[in-house]
Amino acid sequence: MSNKIWQSFGALNKTERHQAQVEDEFREDLPFEAEDKGLLSAQAPRRDFLKYLGFSTAAATVAASCEMPVKKAIPYVNKPDNLVPGVANYYATTYVQDGDVVSVVAKVRDGRPIKIEGNTKSPITNGGTSARAQASVLDLYDTSRLRFPAQIKNGKVVEVSTFEAFDKMVGEGLAGLNGAPVVILTSTITSPSTKQLVGEFLAKYPGSRHVSYDAVSYSGMLQANEATYGKRAIPSYHFDNAKVIVSLGADFLGTWLSPVEFAGQYAKGRRIDEKNLAMSKHYQFESIMSMTGANADERFTHKPSEAGVVAAALYAAITGGSVNLADAKLKAGIQKAASDLKAAAGAALVVSGSNDVNVQVLVNAINEAIGAAGKTINWAVTSNYRTGIDSEFETLVADMNAGKVGALLVYGANPAYSYAKADQFKAGLAKVKLSVSFNAKLDETTELCQYVCPDHHFLESWGDAEAKSGYISFIQPTIAPLFKTRQWQDSLLKWSAAGVTYDAYLKNFWIGKLGSQENWDAALRDGVISPATMPVGGAAFNGAAVSAAAAALASAPKAGTWEVVLYEKTGIGAGAQASNPWLQEMPDPVTKATWDNYAMISAAAAKELLDIDLTNNGDSDSYEVNPKKPVIRIKANGKEIDLPVIIVPGTQKNTIGIAVGYGRSEKVGVAVRGAGKNAFPLSSIVNGAVSYAVYDATVSVTGEKYEVAQNQVHNSYEGRMEVVKETSLASFKKDSEMFKRQRDQLFEDYASKTGDYRNEGSLYDPRLNDRPGIHWGMSIDLNTCNGCGACVVACNAENNVPVVGKTEVLRGHDMHWLRIDRYFVSDAKNPDDVKDVVFMPMMCQHCDNAPCENVCPVAATNHSSEGLNQMTYNRCIGTRYCANNCPYKVRRFNWADYTGADSFPDNQTGMISDVTMEMNDDLYRMVLNPDVTVRSRGVIEKCSFCVQRLQAGKLEAKKQGRPIEDGEVKTACQSACPTNAIVFGDSNDKKSAVRNMRDHSPLRMYYALEQIHVLPNVNYLAKIRNTDEVLEAEAMHTEADKEHNH
Amino acid sequence: MMNKSKASKFLLFGLTLAAMVGFTNLSAQDGKALFNANCASCHKIDKDLTGPALQGIEERWPSKELLVTWIKNWPAAVATGDAYAAKMKDWSPAAMNQFPNLADADIEAILTYIRDWKPATPAPAAGAAAAPVEEGDNSLLFGVITLVLALVALILLQVNSSLRKLADEKDGISSPEPVPFWKNKTYLAFASVFLFILAGVYISKGAVNLGRSKDYQPVQPIYYSHKVHAGVNQVNCLYCHGGAQEGKHANIPSVNVCMNCHLAINEYKGEPLYAEDGTEINGTAEIQKLYQYAGFTPGQPWDPAKAKPIEWVKIHNLPDHVYFNHAQHVVAGKVACQTCHGEIQKMGEVKQFSDLSMGWCINCHRETKVQFTDNGFYSIYEKFHDDMKNGKLDSVTVEKIGGTECQKCHY
Repeated sequence: MSNKIWQSFGALNKTERHQAQVEDEFREDLPFEAEDKGLLSAQAPRRDFLKYLGFSTAAATVAASCEMPVKKAIPYVNKPDNLVPGVANYYATTYVQDGDVVSVVAKVRDGRPIKIEGNTKSPITNGGTSARAQASVLDLYDTSRLRFPAQIKNGKVVEVSTFEAFDKMVGEGLAGLNGAPVVILTSTITSPSTKQLVGEFLAKYPGSRHVSYDAVSYSGMLQANEATYGKRAIPSYHFDNAKVIVSLGADFLGTWLSPVEFAGQYAKGRRIDEKNLAMSKHYQFESIMSMTGANADERFTHKPSEAGVVAAALYAAITGGSVNLADAKLKAGIQKAASDLKAAAGAALVVSGSNDVNVQVLVNAINEAIGAAGKTINWAVTSNYRTGIDSEFETLVADMNAGKVGALLVYGANPAYSYAKADQFKAGLAKVKLSVSFNAKLDETTELCQYVCPDHHFLESWGDAEAKSGYISFIQPTIAPLFKTRQWQDSLLKWSAAGVTYDAYLKNFWIGKLGSQENWDAALRDGVISPATMPVGGAAFNGAAVSAAAAALASAPKAGTWEVVLYEKTGIGAGAQASNPWLQEMPDPVTKATWDNYAMISAAAAKELLDIDLTNNGDSDSYEVNPKKPVIRIKANGKEIDLPVIIVPGTQKNTIGIAVGYGRSEKVGVAVRGAGKNAFPLSSIVNGAVSYAVYDATVSVTGEKYEVAQNQVHNSYEGRMEVVKETSLASFKKDSEMFKRQRDQLFEDYASKTGDYRNEGSLYDPRLNDRPGIHWGMSIDLNTCNGCGACVVACNAENNVPVVGKTEVLRGHDMHWLRIDRYFVSDAKNPDDVKDVVFMPMMCQHCDNAPCENVCPVAATNHSSEGLNQMTYNRCIGTRYCANNCPYKVRRFNWADYTGADSFPDNQTGMISDVTMEMNDDLYRMVLNPDVTVRSRGVIEKCSFCVQRLQAGKLEAKKQGRPIEDGEVKTACQSACPTNAIVFGDSNDKKSAVRNMRDHSPLRMYYALEQIHVLPNVNYLAKIRNTDEVLEAEAMHTEADKEHNH
Repeated sequence: MMNKSKASKFLLFGLTLAAMVGFTNLSAQDGKALFNANCASCHKIDKDLTGPALQGIEERWPSKELLVTWIKNWPAAVATGDAYAAKMKDWSPAAMNQFPNLADADIEAILTYIRDWKPATPAPAAGAAAAPVEEGDNSLLFGVITLVLALVALILLQVNSSLRKLADEKDGISSPEPVPFWKNKTYLAFASVFLFILAGVYISKGAVNLGRSKDYQPVQPIYYSHKVHAGVNQVNCLYCHGGAQEGKHANIPSVNVCMNCHLAINEYKGEPLYAEDGTEINGTAEIQKLYQYAGFTPGQPWDPAKAKPIEWVKIHNLPDHVYFNHAQHVVAGKVACQTCHGEIQKMGEVKQFSDLSMGWCINCHRETKVQFTDNGFYSIYEKFHDDMKNGKLDSVTVEKIGGTECQKCHY
């Protein structure tokens, strides 16, 4: 059996156009002439040349003869003690977005937060972050934030001059309710002090209540836990304790509950000790290819309508019942997963992403049966990430429509956008006497309210968050409020005449619990307080509901030919941060698409629906090379939506996957303009719970085409597919030297005399390599990288990487210094039968023998004694020879003035996209890192190993007169990574972590394209997936090597 | 030799003359001392300060008696009902001090000093102007010599060609009509090549200096003298520019740092200060300017909340793509401030000492030796340490450890 590793269908089939495409680094000529004739044969080149020459000489003369501008240096009037201009301060705070909680540290430079790091003191995230947490700093500087309290009249925002006036208006409204109840509608609140405060507020208005609403609901899970454990809560999960993990459609590495926490735990089971080959086993049963599914060892697909049957079948298989499934492969999968689960009882875990109470009840029963409680599921510490109950919200909507609600105060929630019956909510909202929104932007719900009192961004706020019971993370302001906004807690305190501000309230609240001011100060400094050891325990299980649930799921509901499943993308989620340009431009881990949502279908469905046969070269080219994708119309639940098709291998044949979180109102930011369509209306309410699947949809081809900006096919390695190495655990056990042998062969061929490949294989003088001191190196474990993209966004923030917008991504002008390449491994004939997906972070490899360096005519890129491949922007003249000669395709060219570095401010209008123009607004530009040059048009840029951090770390050590410590400097990607897949340090230091990783994993360690002898300073550890399949992978690799060694 | 001794005689004569003029002005000197002691903290002669400018004061007052009365006890002068005195009372919200102890003769001396006062044109400036002439003499001399030699060479060449022509004629060899030297192609070629090279040198020198601002010495909102602070009073540079130890910017001190000392020090009593153009600077008045920014009234407690920032003119500007860190140089490199900023303790208003060009940076990095054995950071460079022990190396320069690589300063 032989597998093929491929990035695109073109690569899979080796089509002609694919070959032609990979040969060109840049797909277009320089934009001198519209016709493809070249400069010299263009019309009147001499006259134009003289014109250009004359203009540029005159411009240069004028520019140069101008006097140097007088610059002012204005010091502080009264400098605070703890602040030195030019030196960053770090404040522990917490990223809170709806129910998501990540403890972070904000880097504040000269009074401006510019970067988010993980808080390593948090025992939940251990310093890990998500792409969304990384991007949240940009939301602070969002130009579409509301800037003052306002009254909304006919959709128009009318400023209310002062808070006093605003409070008076709202106060009169509240006083005039005549006893009608007040409802506070929020997204999940994790703040204990806020919960208390809300309780106190409501106590003043009899009959009032607080309703939690989650855009993507976990109501089924909460209710199932109430039914079986007597607690309406979510337990803590310990994926690190699980040897066998079965996920029924839960994207726990990307979007489910607390992905940062779970990714860290999961990675512990995926890390391989070469002396003792063992790793956790992960089964995924799902309908679409999720990021978690992509990381699974064994993956089985089923129709969305079969989700219940699959859960029931797994329950049956565990408890010894008969497995009743028509699909033989799926049935075998269930049985295998069940036997593994039983064998690993006490170290096994089943999770489900379903919002169906019955499914969750069965999952609880399965977990009880495999002894998960107290081991992999911890009931002693419950999680507070989601608390919304669908039926409560449904009641609220009914009450609103019945005129039973006096006032509605909305914070965080946005049901007008995300609720299945948004129309009913909107109608109800119009009948409420007083409606006030605290949302930071004029979102879909706020627009319909009468008043808005925008909340601070979390970086301007005070607060606390209890992600898990007993685990508190604090929020402290890192910047004075940019606008006339107010924390919503302050508004509540004001309106309940509490006579105290929220910061004082919070302080009193915690000093009351912590005992003293010192403890409070220490808690704020650390950002977290948590129990010394995590209490672990199960809970009394009540199985009364199980048989009813099993009976309800015994047979699949009636389904049509096409079924739809709605899912969240790792970057965009439910759409709360959809206006964040960094997140929009971050490619989706699986589809590598940016700026849009689309209909994900399988290769088989494409053939049936669109007559695109991907095994046919012509079809695969016309589908893939052209960004214009066919559009299909999906009708379901009386709604219809037109979306372009993206073929994702591994999608179930009858399933169409659509991401939610797109199609936001343009009032929330320029970035959402034209970005996808809202898929929430396709959801429905089934048995009192929101269902994110449609079992019977009609699909038709509209005949239209729509461009989707995917960036996967932009960078390929001219057919050198041994960039990535992967195999199965069984194969690796059988032949553990399979990767090492390839390297050994290389050394034998090219360094037969000394065995020193580095020196003997080189034309250069070996003394060039004889550099004492630091030699920076990076090591990336492909087994623990799950593709989440936190590193990509962290790199954007740290290195001022510009956002180019959809039109530029379509042209292959994306600027990301760090990309995550996604590879499918499948049988060459059947792309839908995906066996593995490999995520490979790819950035400048900092080759010691760099091919880019010796082709630069002006020596703008050259090598440092510390092993860095240096890029000097002010020397670069933009020939792009380096990018052409880079085997890894990691160099990026500034085709336009994306960052507004040009001296003429408006000359890029129309050249760059709207969102890039918006990013050049002074407000957005506050996020720029002042230690990194903002690049101008016409220069190449690329990963620098965060040289500004290396220099800062070295300086700190020098100032203290000590050697630099391992782990003291971290690159942005490394510190963002929730799984510690990226390790960085001085590879000359024998005790460093990077050296350790290389020395202790000789069997999996490899350099990408080592045979071309560019001597990269980044190494990878080959990916192993835990399957029993024995592959002849080695034969394929050697074949590939031979092919390209010539 | 002759010239030089003559020049020194002239100089001596000039100095004597100046001294004599000085002696004849004894009473005015007295007046000056009295003026400085009593009046200068609020008045300047040619400019309004806390009090009005005093030039022409005698003409402005209706009578000298009234003026003297005003100086000794101004409320008495107001009490006379004189309109001008009443007007002067309201000149400023700050009331003038009273000087009952000044004798009439003292006041006369002060008024004489004011009457005879002329804007200072300090002698050192003349001396400074003389010095470059002396240097210029040399180059002029060389120029003249070169020109004379060139002329001699030209004449000799002409003579040579004439003689050869004569000799040829004598030998019967016919020669073509002589070409005048301004039409001689060889000469023209030489001249044009020479001019081309000369122009090239000047243009490239000029172009290289574009954007550089060596010797930039802007006028600052307050005449702050480093000479007084760092030179005379020996204030440590880091007292005000503490950022130089911690990060990239040395930082201009905030107003509260100034006020640490100037809450107490409210007048300048040192050597007279002169601006670059020769005008005398009233140090006390400059301190008053600081008080204006700080929102401080002497004798009352200072409320920093009332202060306004001082908009200093930035002198040392680096391009945006250059990363420079003061701590790296001051703490790790132990470089003295003066290495880059010049003898700052002798400067009045600060002047840019170095051209801050890349070549200037690189040269220093090539030559400067690292604190190699003293700083534990460099212990990782085992090879260099071994080489130093074996005597192969005597020191390690910044360049040797990569200090001239692009990404040490550009990223």
